[in-house]
Amino acid sequence: MIRVVGGGLSTTVQDAGRFGLYHLGVPPSGALDGFSYRVANMLVGNDEGAAVLEATYSGPTLEFTGDALVAVTGAELPPRIDGDDRPQWEAFGVAAGQVLDFGYLGGGARAYVAVAGGIDVREVLGSRSTYTLTGVGGHQGRRLQEGDELAVGEPSGRARPGTRVGGAARPTFSREIELRVMMGLCDYRLTGESAEQFLSTEWTITPEADRVGYRYRGAELRFAEREPPFGAGHDPSNVVDVGYPVGSIQVPGGIEPILLLNDAVTGGGYATIATVISADLERAAQSKTNERTRFRPVGLDEALEARAERRRRLEAVRAELGAPF
Amino acid sequence: MSIEAVELPEPRYSLGGDEFVFVELDQEMSFQANFKSMGVCTELRERRLPGVTEICPGNASYLVRLDPDTLHSRDLVAELQEIDASVAGPAAYTFETRIVDVPVLLDDPWTRETMDRFPDRRQDPTVTDVEFAARLNGFASKEDFLGALVASPYFVTMVGFVPGTPWCFQMVPRERIIQVPKYVRPRTDTPPLTFGYGGAFGCIYPVRGPGGFQMFGIFAAPIFDPEQRLPDFADLIVFPRPGDIFKFRPVERDEYDAVRARVEDGSFRYEVRPVEFEPEPFFAEPDAYNEGLLARLYG
Repeated sequence: MIRVVGGGLSTTVQDAGRFGLYHLGVPPSGALDGFSYRVANMLVGNDEGAAVLEATYSGPTLEFTGDALVAVTGAELPPRIDGDDRPQWEAFGVAAGQVLDFGYLGGGARAYVAVAGGIDVREVLGSRSTYTLTGVGGHQGRRLQEGDELAVGEPSGRARPGTRVGGAARPTFSREIELRVMMGLCDYRLTGESAEQFLSTEWTITPEADRVGYRYRGAELRFAEREPPFGAGHDPSNVVDVGYPVGSIQVPGGIEPILLLNDAVTGGGYATIATVISADLERAAQSKTNERTRFRPVGLDEALEARAERRRRLEAVRAELGAPF
Repeated sequence: MSIEAVELPEPRYSLGGDEFVFVELDQEMSFQANFKSMGVCTELRERRLPGVTEICPGNASYLVRLDPDTLHSRDLVAELQEIDASVAGPAAYTFETRIVDVPVLLDDPWTRETMDRFPDRRQDPTVTDVEFAARLNGFASKEDFLGALVASPYFVTMVGFVPGTPWCFQMVPRERIIQVPKYVRPRTDTPPLTFGYGGAFGCIYPVRGPGGFQMFGIFAAPIFDPEQRLPDFADLIVFPRPGDIFKFRPVERDEYDAVRARVEDGSFRYEVRPVEFEPEPFFAEPDAYNEGLLARLYG
């Protein structure tokens, strides 16, 4: 069992996500950096879809009541056992009674803490992921706090302390990133000038950046004038309510574009103008407040090639670790 | 008075990155666009195409999520175009659904208290949202307005935003659909189960939270139950589904309190009747058709 001594800024239980209910307003949730999440599980011998802890901006403090095998991946958030440094991207043992905590955050925004056996919370609608906005799944539907107790599943025994992935496979983090987008959806609502401005602006991530979405500042965009269609509402950035893709970008009132992530609101009345390609969403989620982002337009073929490249990176790690065992 | 005929333009297919296809059936809202969205989505669901992971009807559009490792977006679009052609006429949208009795306390004290806390975000803070909407829509009194607001049933044209939020579109000709602007700026607080209204749509707020719709009342029973305490939520944590027909039935405070008590003790169940919905007679004579639906529910 794991006793939570401190929850950190925002630590939640996440797995691969919850699917099939988007049409009823239930977003997928799940680990925002799917690559780091899967590798963390592989390092401790779990199935890749086991539940882990996603720690945002700062780490939790966790006391283990039994021996455990742990791995930390994702953002640069140095783990410590009873105050002694431990490496990231490498499995290490924790003895009963020891405390895992973390140093200060370097690059990235979210670290993944996998424990052999997986975090054993009840599945809700097929997933252990936490959706904090309405309190679904995870540990009591919320971020961890002092006094929480987490059960751990049965370890597979397939991994050993020291199991690690080499530096080449690990993501690197920059304070300035470029995200590839496919323009489309309702982007015809933007003026041509504003569509260009969206792509040429270096955007800054505002403090409003969480699992639901990231809000950016940097330019004001204009929507084409029109007589509002019946039911669309009068604001020029409004459309008759549509479904919002995960990864889509909307610009309420023309100010501060919002990129929706895995806890997305699933639909609404703001014109969506572009979608970040699936391969780049985890880099978006590893960026943080005050860092910079540019959006670069690509077509479907480039998006699919990027997706294939990401899959090859994951395959390379599986091969390196001999997973699935 | 019949529902006006609307000619839908050619559907517009747009890719939402590599994992989504968005299809705009019309830029304006109409029953025709919504029924087509339901019809295409139902047919797509029945085809069980490998690689399709989410199928989401929208008000006048729909959204499909796919796994690009299994299904190519171009092949999905071709399939959707084929389905679109095959469900061309409104008769094709006839579908099995349900009509639900949804008790509501109109012009309630809790939403009035909430609006008073946000005077600078409202069009006219000197009157209530109900009074503002009554005046804007040309009603002589707030009672006339509230009567028209709940006279005919509503069609659930889309579900989303947060789990279970239904967009509700009243089943009347366009000239009788009530329209109101959203708040000037969204509130930071809305009571749970508020009867909200923005643009041409009513909604039910499943949980407490921010919101920009005008507030006309409060519903007695939940539409979202993550603990699955109530029998209506045994299979699923949300109640509304696209295609539902909701009759908002105004209740007095006594009945509201009685429903709340049954929600608290876990015995509440919605009154529900299955119906086969037929667009053609509905388009021809909506009021008569709605009366027939209500007779099924209350008869």
